[in-house]
Amino acid sequence: MELSSCSCRAMGQAAVDEDMLKVADEVVAKYRDKPGPLIQVLHEIQVRLGYLPREVLVRVAEGLGVPLSDVSGAVTFYGLFSLKPKGRHTISVCMGTACYVRGSDRIIERLEKDLKVKVGDTTQDGKFSLQVVRCVGACGLAPVVTVDNDVYARVKPEGIPAILNRYDGEAERTQDGRARAVHS
Amino acid sequence: MGTVTLTIDNQKKRVPEGATILEAARQVGIKIPTLCYLEGFSPLGACRICLVEVKGARALQPACATRVSDGMEVITSSPRVRKARRTTLELILSDHPYECPTCIRNLNCELQDLAEAFGIRAVRFEGERFPRPLDDSGPALVREMEKCILCRRCVQVCEHLQSVKAIAPQERGFETVIAPPFGVDLVDVDCVFCGQCTLVCPTGALHERDSTAEVWAALADPRKHVVVQTAPATRVSVGEGLGMEPGSDVTGQLVTALRRLGFDRVFDTTFGADLTIVEEAHELIQRIQEGGRLPMITSCSPGWVKFIEHNYPHLLDHLSTCKSPQQMLGALVKTYYARKAGLDPADIYVVSIMPCTAKKFEAVRDEMRDSGYQDVDAVLTTRELCRMLKEAAIDFSNLPEEDYDAPLGIGTGAAALFGASGGVMEAALRTAYEVITGKTLEPLEFTPVRGLKGIKEAALDVDGLELKVAVAHTLGNARKLLDLVDAGQADYHFIEVMACPGGCIGGGGQPIPSNDAIRARRVAAMYTVDERMTLRKSHENPALKQLYAEFLGKPLGHRSHELLHTHYTRRSRY
Repeated sequence: MELSSCSCRAMGQAAVDEDMLKVADEVVAKYRDKPGPLIQVLHEIQVRLGYLPREVLVRVAEGLGVPLSDVSGAVTFYGLFSLKPKGRHTISVCMGTACYVRGSDRIIERLEKDLKVKVGDTTQDGKFSLQVVRCVGACGLAPVVTVDNDVYARVKPEGIPAILNRYDGEAERTQDGRARAVHS
Repeated sequence: MGTVTLTIDNQKKRVPEGATILEAARQVGIKIPTLCYLEGFSPLGACRICLVEVKGARALQPACATRVSDGMEVITSSPRVRKARRTTLELILSDHPYECPTCIRNLNCELQDLAEAFGIRAVRFEGERFPRPLDDSGPALVREMEKCILCRRCVQVCEHLQSVKAIAPQERGFETVIAPPFGVDLVDVDCVFCGQCTLVCPTGALHERDSTAEVWAALADPRKHVVVQTAPATRVSVGEGLGMEPGSDVTGQLVTALRRLGFDRVFDTTFGADLTIVEEAHELIQRIQEGGRLPMITSCSPGWVKFIEHNYPHLLDHLSTCKSPQQMLGALVKTYYARKAGLDPADIYVVSIMPCTAKKFEAVRDEMRDSGYQDVDAVLTTRELCRMLKEAAIDFSNLPEEDYDAPLGIGTGAAALFGASGGVMEAALRTAYEVITGKTLEPLEFTPVRGLKGIKEAALDVDGLELKVAVAHTLGNARKLLDLVDAGQADYHFIEVMACPGGCIGGGGQPIPSNDAIRARRVAAMYTVDERMTLRKSHENPALKQLYAEFLGKPLGHRSHELLHTHYTRRSRY
């Protein structure tokens, strides 16, 4: 591991562009002199980049003088942070008690099969990220799946393809779109 | 500091104000079981084994993290306390592999000791086990995280003692694992392989890579001429590893035992140490006289070398170019000795017995092949040698004492000092002073650099030149000194750094446990070894003089540069 080949590249990471590193530098500079700034820095970078690439985290560790093992520890501790880019749409399957007893585990199975990803991952084409959430507060609609801000109630595994098909045309709804609709 | 009155197990005692219940209990002779507690570090209260009852408190309190107060009443062993401790222990065991007889820490494991003390015959809980990957990526250390109980002692020493923190808790809850960032392997991060984590690990989760199988195989191979060398610190710790008192000097028995294991020649790393001193003293004089980079910093501690390569690559020209005694001796065995003995170096297998895990890494560095072969073939820690001696059923304490083989088994008292923090400095000053002034350093014992203080400073008048020196042990202390050097605020000529607390006697390959009291006894033994020697100055080693006359020519000469000096690798921290 010589200087010319930074270890994150050795770890097989996709190249991170200069703009991303610049974002990291800006955010680090903003919080550097505040006490215990790590979580705030990570949060703001994630908001701006959508995720936390390793090379950016190395920059944060060096910039704040915090060991990289601590930075990585914080990122993997909090569910909020992601080391991988998110898809254009986020599918969240509720695994709260009510949804679970009404079969959300079978919905996850079906989604994993149809999308060819595991929970926590993003499809090859970058379209969907699949995640699990604990209770969305709509137990009467169990089992519940949300895609971005759309809520799907009483979902059955065989209904999954129809839901996914709604997102064939791109950009009909974005992650921060305000529209909320309940489909059942 | 004032005292407070504490009632502990119905005895009224006066204990220091500000002490924890655990410290107070130990002072008055009451034992409270612990698991994550590590003397000298701030308590984490992570394991919940030291729970005690405190009158008035609703819940049981961890003795390691609760401070005493005046009038406090503590019960350290009640049905409620024992039940809680037992349940905690069973829960820890429920996610721990039951591999005790085949575990590297069998019979030297704190978890096993507690299970025995509590008489656990069955674990009531059976649940999910969290599979954690084995990391045997490196030449020096192995991480068996399935055996980890998340006590975080390793993180404490890596962060606070060594200022490295190559490992930290990753993920959360049941999935928590102590690991390098992003779960990569140790070889891919800034771990320096000092092995201090292996000394404090209460279980078999962190340990040295075991090289005994390779060494047994070499010993059994009739075509191999197997040569062994023993580091200074191992002569005062092998006995301890086999059940003798800490600080037992077993030099003679060690030589006999190694012959009985089947080694063809038993050489001594102290010869390499004397050579290091002569080369390094001349290098220091040359740098002072010719305006070379100062302060010059020692380079015999491989954990330290890797640390400066990662953390201060721009300061590498401060490092002495001298190889460590292990590597100097290895290179000479396969050249000078091979020629003298009429052996083909390809048939020679060099084993070193070291107090150190980082030496395993040093031996496989690309820079360490100047004989045309890997100069040192296998490195065994003190612990591994003890295991081999047990396996061979050698009755160690009753062995007769024998002498090392000539010529590479002859060493001086100065070389023995290498085992203790400040020893290289003291040995180098004995030689440098005499080379410059032509007079013997009086007294020979240069005590300002002795002892377990973190950073030691001293000055010595050398014919009008005020030679300023500093000594640091542990990488945390080394970092403090390096920051001064980096800022241009250090006017020392010479700095000695050892990665481990107390120097090599506190190395990561030493017997477990290894604490301040034990380290102090090993240090004392090292100085006794020096005092008992008639030859106490490296440059007076007769075998060394012969080596220069027959082979090397002069210190810093052409052949020395080829075989005994090296260069370093710039590494990034991440």
